[in-house]
Amino acid sequence: MKMQMLSYIERATPIHRMTGAAKLVCFIIWSVIAMTTFDTRILVFMLIAGIVIFRMANVHLREIAFVLGFILIFLLLNNLGIYIFAPQQGSSIYGTVHILLHLPGSYSLTLEQLFYQLNVTLKYFAVIPFALLFIVTTHPSEFAASLNRIGVSYRIAYAVSITLRYIPDVQRSYHEITQAQQARGIDLSKKEKLWRRMRQAAAIIIPLVFSTLDRIEVISNAMELRRFGMKKKRTWYDERPFACIDYLAVAFSMLLLILSLWLSFHRGSRYYNPFN
Amino acid sequence: MKKDWLSIRTVVAAGIGAAIFIILRYISIPVGFIPNTTVQLSYIFLALIAVIYGPVAGGLIGLIGHSLGDALQYGSVWWSWVIVSAIVGIGFGLASRFLKISDGEFGWKSIAVFNVFQLVTQAIGWFLIAPALDIAIYGEPANKVFVQGFTAGILDIVTVGIFGTLLIWLYAQTRTKAGSLKKEA
Repeated sequence: MKMQMLSYIERATPIHRMTGAAKLVCFIIWSVIAMTTFDTRILVFMLIAGIVIFRMANVHLREIAFVLGFILIFLLLNNLGIYIFAPQQGSSIYGTVHILLHLPGSYSLTLEQLFYQLNVTLKYFAVIPFALLFIVTTHPSEFAASLNRIGVSYRIAYAVSITLRYIPDVQRSYHEITQAQQARGIDLSKKEKLWRRMRQAAAIIIPLVFSTLDRIEVISNAMELRRFGMKKKRTWYDERPFACIDYLAVAFSMLLLILSLWLSFHRGSRYYNPFN
Repeated sequence: MKKDWLSIRTVVAAGIGAAIFIILRYISIPVGFIPNTTVQLSYIFLALIAVIYGPVAGGLIGLIGHSLGDALQYGSVWWSWVIVSAIVGIGFGLASRFLKISDGEFGWKSIAVFNVFQLVTQAIGWFLIAPALDIAIYGEPANKVFVQGFTAGILDIVTVGIFGTLLIWLYAQTRTKAGSLKKEA
């Protein structure tokens, strides 16, 4: 089985040269904006800005195509779900009814519903370019340093760093165990009956889990011998000082956040209403 | 050594636990008779490791594993469900105070304690917090998110109840019981 995951893509672009901490702060601010607002104008602006910055990072679409497939399927299902469960949510939010298509029951298609679902979809889309960019342009070693930089305890930052470091290791032991068990005649495909398939999955997962539990002991002993956690602070090999572009990016994101919040408070609602 | 809430063992357990949590998201066992439903192995594993290493490790694995896993797999993070994963991890971990898994003890009483904890925290997490956050953050219709939360919650409670209990029991069998040595006559 192939496990498709995003990973760091090395390129020489201004986005790659930004410090991880600045990118992390920007990503968090943009997520907060997208989560708090329903203002179509801001969301569209975020989406366009995201695509522009994506172009600047020189990441090719085919490198991330599998992720986009997942997201599109999810959003499609989500939109269908919203429509099935609440076809008049839009009208109750915006307070008007413009029927486009008469359908039985309460399922008449309204302009408000379309606009509301467009906004929900935009909320997801507005952050996707930034999340993708953050992952593919930040070196994993720098990620932990960035977390620590923005105030996360270095022990937690180190836990994240261990996770990123051990994903390939766990993946490798999974493949080794699977192949060993297949050589002994275990079949995980759909041809087997459910109960047998469960037992055979257990034959792979239990050794995987138990061997990794042993690894936890080995690594914590090694870290203890190297006096991990004895001091209040630590330094990071991959830590870099903020440059001009980092300050600019953070300042820009903050301004957008303030603008978005100001618009919401000014309007008294987080929904931008073009209908009245 | 000074005992603090975030010991080296907790840090390492959180890090490596999150790595396994992420890998297990890719391995799904389809349940034949219900279409498009798979047994969530990640939460079964989360139950085991939280019961061994405690609520801090459990919460961190839920948080790191779910957010990083979402980011690596889908390129975006669904924060509402990430928070619920962290809460569920903490809830599983709270059961560890009343259990002695590392001493190989996991009898009927312990099974009952573990299942009460997993049922209560998962019910709060999936039935209440997940839908509430979905409404607050994404403004989604209430009935939709409650149906989603209930389906996911019931499925998770049942799988953790059956397979989580089984996995913890298996782990307890590998531990040496305290006082298991006897002097030969």
